Amino acid sequence: MFKKFSPSSDVSGQTSLKSSVQRSIRSGLLSQWKIDPETLEQIWPKKEPLTLVKCRDHISIYTLHGEALFFQHFDEPFFPTLRLLHKYPFLLPMVRIDRGAIRFLLAGAHMMCPGMTSKGGYLPPADAALPAGTPVAIHAEGKEHAVGIGITKLGTEEMRTVNKGVGVETVTYIGDDFWAVQTL
Amino acid sequence: MADAESSQAGQSVQPVQLLYCGVCTFPVEYCEFGSHLTKCKEWLHETHPDLYDKYYSDEALQAKLGTLSLEAQEKLEKDTAKKEAKAEAKAEAAQKKKMASQVTIKRIERNKRKFVTAVHGLEAFDVDLKKAAKFFAQKFATGASVTKNPQGNDEIVVQGDVSGDIVDMIEEGVGLLKGVPKDNIVEVEEKKKKGGDGAA
Ligand SMILES: [Zn+2]
Repeated sequence: MFKKFSPSSDVSGQTSLKSSVQRSIRSGLLSQWKIDPETLEQIWPKKEPLTLVKCRDHISIYTLHGEALFFQHFDEPFFPTLRLLHKYPFLLPMVRIDRGAIRFLLAGAHMMCPGMTSKGGYLPPADAALPAGTPVAIHAEGKEHAVGIGITKLGTEEMRTVNKGVGVETVTYIGDDFWAVQTL
Repeated sequence: MADAESSQAGQSVQPVQLLYCGVCTFPVEYCEFGSHLTKCKEWLHETHPDLYDKYYSDEALQAKLGTLSLEAQEKLEKDTAKKEAKAEAKAEAAQKKKMASQVTIKRIERNKRKFVTAVHGLEAFDVDLKKAAKFFAQKFATGASVTKNPQGNDEIVVQGDVSGDIVDMIEEGVGLLKGVPKDNIVEVEEKKKKGGDGAA
């Protein structure tokens, strides 16, 4: 989504959001992320107005004092930015890729099932299986912090049985153009 | 790891503090996948010696191999070295190009004794054009804006003849003009075409 991104050409406008809209975003975040209201309040205090940065291809980035906190495509689920996820790693459920897959991810590739079903990889157990279309933190073998954020293309149980092709589509990763943007 | 079902009700969870590399901006554990590893290691060694040992001691290097085969690891290291060399060459070329790029300061005659000054090429030296325009406007108490010239490049147009002053400011390296080498300045003059005379 952000392999190529340049604020000067991809951002079409900025608006501050009405409080009714902010309320619905807040409840959306609380229902979609593993987060309690107190922690959300710490990330985004109620008194502080959120800014919507409209971008090409119906991507909306939400910023607080110029710092991007989260984003979404159309009205699809909210993704935290990778820097926010690093601070609050529990926001999204996680998958893990093996060490061999890291450099492919950092080149912008989507993640293949075998990279997550192999010994160095990880998928949630059957009783915590994720359906297709779930935002996930992508962790990496031997690393403490997430290397990227993606969205499941298949359910995680399906990834195990099919075990080929793309399992998780990469949305953003360290070193992509969005990572390079520190303030908007 | 992120298997935290940890948050207690009524209390916010404190953010994780992590160190981003001062060279490549990655979390430091990912520097090995960037294209500046040698510089990253130097930086970490100087600024955070404890973390340096954590990530680059012999034991750490052994441990991180994980399930990756030795051949694959060797290939990775080779790729990293290659990437690094490439990034360095690229940075060098960019620097060369930067040092060769010119800043044109053009005095344009609009009417008899009425001038505007167009400044072109500052962006090559990482000057924010909008900010620079504002800066000029304040400095000269006049109008200044960023506009596209006929070639489709952005340039700053300042009302009035301030070309000499701008050259001076660049030479002195005032404010955000610091970093623009004075040798790269080219001054030009655009006279009003004949025939338009007397219209004022
Ligand atoms: Zn680094």
